[in-house]
Amino acid sequence: MLKNRFGGLLFQLIALALSFGVVSLILISIGASPTQAFQNMFRGSFGEIRKFAEVLVAFVPLLLVTAGLLVTFSAGLWNIGVEGQIVLGAIATTWVYRYFLESDLPPALIITFAILGGMIGGALWAALTGILKVFGGVNEIFGGLGLNFVATALTIYLIFGPWKRPGVASMSGTVPFPDEFSLPLLADLRISPWALGIALVAILIVFFLLQGTYFGLKLKAVGKNFRAAYLLGIPTWQYLMYSFLIGGALAGLAGAMQVAAVYHRLIPSISSGYGYLGLMVAMLINYQAIWAIPVALFFAALNIGSIQLPIVMKLDSSLAGVLQGTLVLFVLLMEGARQKLMKREQTT
Amino acid sequence: MNVELKNINKHFGKVHANKNINLTIPSGSLQGILGENGAGKSTLMKILSGFIHADSGSEIILDGKTVKMNSPADAIKYGIGMLHQDPLDFPPMKIIDNFLLGMPGGFFPNRKKAAQDFNALQKEYGFSLDPDDYVDSLTVGERQQLEIMRLLFLGVRLFILDEPTTGISAAQKEKLFATLRKFPEQAMTVIFVSHKLEDVENLCDRVAVLRAGELVGELTPPYQTKKFIELMFGKEVTLGERQSAPVGEPTLSLRNVSLEDARLKIKDINFEVREGEVIGLAGMEGSGQNLFMQACAGLVRPVGGKILLKGQDLSGKSYHVFKKRGVGFLPAARLEEALIPGLTLTDHFILAEEPRGIFIDHAAGRALTEERIQSFNIRGTPLTPVESLSGGNQQRAELALLQNPLSLILLEHPTRGLDIESVIYIWGKLKERCKQNASIIFMSSDLEEILQYSDRVLVFFSGKISQPLDARTTSVEELGELIGGKGWAEVGDEHA
Repeated sequence: MLKNRFGGLLFQLIALALSFGVVSLILISIGASPTQAFQNMFRGSFGEIRKFAEVLVAFVPLLLVTAGLLVTFSAGLWNIGVEGQIVLGAIATTWVYRYFLESDLPPALIITFAILGGMIGGALWAALTGILKVFGGVNEIFGGLGLNFVATALTIYLIFGPWKRPGVASMSGTVPFPDEFSLPLLADLRISPWALGIALVAILIVFFLLQGTYFGLKLKAVGKNFRAAYLLGIPTWQYLMYSFLIGGALAGLAGAMQVAAVYHRLIPSISSGYGYLGLMVAMLINYQAIWAIPVALFFAALNIGSIQLPIVMKLDSSLAGVLQGTLVLFVLLMEGARQKLMKREQTT
Repeated sequence: MNVELKNINKHFGKVHANKNINLTIPSGSLQGILGENGAGKSTLMKILSGFIHADSGSEIILDGKTVKMNSPADAIKYGIGMLHQDPLDFPPMKIIDNFLLGMPGGFFPNRKKAAQDFNALQKEYGFSLDPDDYVDSLTVGERQQLEIMRLLFLGVRLFILDEPTTGISAAQKEKLFATLRKFPEQAMTVIFVSHKLEDVENLCDRVAVLRAGELVGELTPPYQTKKFIELMFGKEVTLGERQSAPVGEPTLSLRNVSLEDARLKIKDINFEVREGEVIGLAGMEGSGQNLFMQACAGLVRPVGGKILLKGQDLSGKSYHVFKKRGVGFLPAARLEEALIPGLTLTDHFILAEEPRGIFIDHAAGRALTEERIQSFNIRGTPLTPVESLSGGNQQRAELALLQNPLSLILLEHPTRGLDIESVIYIWGKLKERCKQNASIIFMSSDLEEILQYSDRVLVFFSGKISQPLDARTTSVEELGELIGGKGWAEVGDEHA
């Protein structure tokens, strides 16, 4: 029973229950009602159409980042640098917009250039981590982490330096772009159906890339056994670079969406932690692309739903992060427990 | 310390690694344990040193008391210490800190006191290590000395040494032996595990020989080399008629090739393999045959000389170039180097075909896999993950992954751990390749296999290579002696 898919699902449900249990205990210990908190979070995310649209706004970058991480995880890489890749995507998009500010080209074309620019920016930033790993022997975790800090510093420098608002620079970012530079939004809502469509297409492409192409199979071979993949004739380090480029391009796309559809300018915290959140989603779904959509939606809902908490219950909105974090930990823990039980069953 | 092993059995899945071993080692002896790779020596020693558990019913009796050990730390409590082939120390640390590790003691180590003890102990055994040196500046031999002192200080009364003479200099070996010879005076017991006949003959006052997991004999001096070889490698088994394909043009030529790795140097190899020919590489693990094989595959770059494949100079080219030119390499570590755990058989066959295009043709991949499963007699389905295949089936799958045609097939231990039918089956498949003009170079620790299936044999001994021996006129005894490092004067240091 432990082995089959049902067994796996059962353990994950236990993990889900445990994490809600832990969060409930925390709530009780500070004298708040867990049911009320969860109700508020649910209402805050699915209660009205406007709120659900906000969930989707968070869902788009999260899904894109997760899609990119699935590619790097398949190649056996811990792409912690994903945060910086989002940031560089946003910076590159902003740069393209600024470049065409005075141009007479049709806005649709400029938006397309800006988004492509974002993808290239993210891809190149990820390629840096890749080069450090392949040619410099720097583990991608350290390389990525370092470049994340550089990316943040670069954003601040641009906002307060070359791209500062006329007059006085401010933490609220660069000067907003004209309306025609924005991806079209739904009437009265902040969600762009284009952004949502792009994110869904991206995850589908990644799903088919990993399931149905020789490229995906080779990538998995490299990730699961580098040495054997090399001996089988796969150009291993090149595949590591490809996966960095694709993963980075998707993270850059997330950054481009933040600029083109949400903030319409570059702001200091443009990545909003979606990179780290995406890592959690990827781990939670055990690197199976097919689960990315529901889980990313759930995480986005938790994020948006918790915004309600400080207003209604005087609780901090970081409760969503606690829930997400404990959920990942418990899922990994239960998976470990399942493996151990399976081993024990085998040996006896 | 008096050691009694009673009915020691150990199964790893289906493999019976130790079969009913009964061995008594009197206090103060220098006991040798001899056997070829995979004979069960390491398993037995790991059981005795608490690393693994024996099957139930097995008994270890120390000085008359039955003991049960759950960990190496337990073993040390009972006075058993093991010196591993690769020293288990901490290279970036100072010698003295290494020495302190594993010591019982408070939270704050007393380095001064430890250094005094360390130096006293050194004096007694004639070692000269500076406690403030870093471990990574030591040679393998010096690291052994450090480890011996650490174990002595922990109160170990039974020393197990696993292949301690590999990778150390002759002088260090003499020092090690001199040290070990002092132990019996203090009623300490030594178990010396090796495959080097000379070392065992030199040091040990009794020797037990293991073969295929069984204790096949116990010998005391005066030793006869012939007797050792007979016990280690067993009597001849029939593997069927010898067959040789007609030999054609040269496929691989090595000209003045010199190879180097961290442990070994092989100089000026001149050797040629011809179409349809099978070359067997004999020698104990780590004698240079791996290096030789990897150089032939393009995985190791020679430090000098030329490697030609069918007349084309491939020296310095990468493994992938060798592969494209028709060199197939089958590593021995199946799940580490040859196969990809987590992927199915179908995935493997699709990858091995070097597919072009973008989308995987699942139907074709599956059909190919079914055909290969059939023709290579693999017990598994196309969707079986490779790690759940048995060893023999993994080996057949590896073989089935070889492309066709190939001009040179390199095999590391192609039949290790397989039953006799699988061996015959696999060689049947390989001989078919020879008929299609492929050359084969393989290494094996099974001398029967080497003599049975090769046309010519190269023997390796610490980086030296014998002249090519004609497999038809060479006997197991002759090979055995060369492998154990004897009779090299006759074969000469000349290079093949």
